[in-house]
Amino acid sequence: MEKNIAYTALFAALIAALGLVPQITLAFGVPITAQSLGIMLCGTILGSKRGGLAVLLFLLLIAMGLPLLSGGRGGLGLFVSATSGFLIGWPVAAFVTGLIVEKWRSASITLVASIASIIGGIIVLYAFGIVGMSIVLDKTLPEATALMLVFIPGDIIKAVIAGFLTAAIAKARPASLLSRSAKAA
Amino acid sequence: MISLTSPVETRAHQWPAGLKLGLLCFVTGLLFITDHLIFHSVFLLAIVVLYALPGRAFFKSGWQHLKILWPFVLIVVLWHLWTDELQRGSIIAFRMMSTVALANLVTMTTRLSDMIDVVHFLAKPLYRSGLNGRALELAIALVIRMTPVLVSKGQNLTWAWRARSTRHSGWRIILPFTVLALDDADHVAEALRARGGLINPEK
Repeated sequence: MEKNIAYTALFAALIAALGLVPQITLAFGVPITAQSLGIMLCGTILGSKRGGLAVLLFLLLIAMGLPLLSGGRGGLGLFVSATSGFLIGWPVAAFVTGLIVEKWRSASITLVASIASIIGGIIVLYAFGIVGMSIVLDKTLPEATALMLVFIPGDIIKAVIAGFLTAAIAKARPASLLSRSAKAA
Repeated sequence: MISLTSPVETRAHQWPAGLKLGLLCFVTGLLFITDHLIFHSVFLLAIVVLYALPGRAFFKSGWQHLKILWPFVLIVVLWHLWTDELQRGSIIAFRMMSTVALANLVTMTTRLSDMIDVVHFLAKPLYRSGLNGRALELAIALVIRMTPVLVSKGQNLTWAWRARSTRHSGWRIILPFTVLALDDADHVAEALRARGGLINPEK
């Protein structure tokens, strides 16, 4: 129980910290927000339930008015803005990512975590994000999708990075990879 | 950690948080089912007045929080200029500004402690169904306490990298950062167990 609480809380804090440390720039100069990478890692490392709960906890604190999103943003306004669908989709994205890593154990962890991050952190997340954007901006789903396409290549890179990071963590701290352990204490 | 509640004391700071949140849900719903330009224009104007009433500092701080909206307002206006439906575009842009500004107003006038009380109230049915109430309280407190700790560790990692390399640290820094967070989680779990764990003393 204590381990579950500590991991869930620390990962919520990690997502926040990833948005507050200096922005990360990829090798060819493209800036990325590490927070969405944190969402993917929540799923791949903590697994479905704990990963989803960590992200829910993070969102709860944002809703309560703490400036934890990248750029020091926070508050209730974010949950009705054009990108609110992405926020609402985050816990589901982490849950689906974690579920895939938990269930698919036959391939290498790098491959599984990358594909799980693509399915959870891109396909599932964008489904929520696009629906949210189409409601707030009053656009059709294809129109909202067109507005979002430009961000997908960057997110695919993040998903692959999440795969490599998960594999590295599996080596560095095998006991901490809760998505692959039988049951946390 | 400093929350986004405004230090400028307004009357709305004294109102119950639950009432403000309930009103926010109702008004946001109303804004989404109404499609009249005049209604949305007047409503937005009223919100601007609400932001201006507590004074210059409050207005300025509110303005800072709403800056994130401009790219979307620009997209909507350009899009509808192109499709020749400027009235439709104005309604969408006004509605988006009003809903976000109103929600932000609730955030600015509600203290973190009041918000935590609302969370407890809403989570009560969950406690009755067996969820450990202390777990949620502890998790909230841990995130608030540990975020600055992790941010400081992240900064130290970035500086350590800069001291050793002329290149940007890039995503590579996330690995030691995550490992540090995992180690902290283990230490926190151990410390919690050592202090009796999450057994509710009232039971």
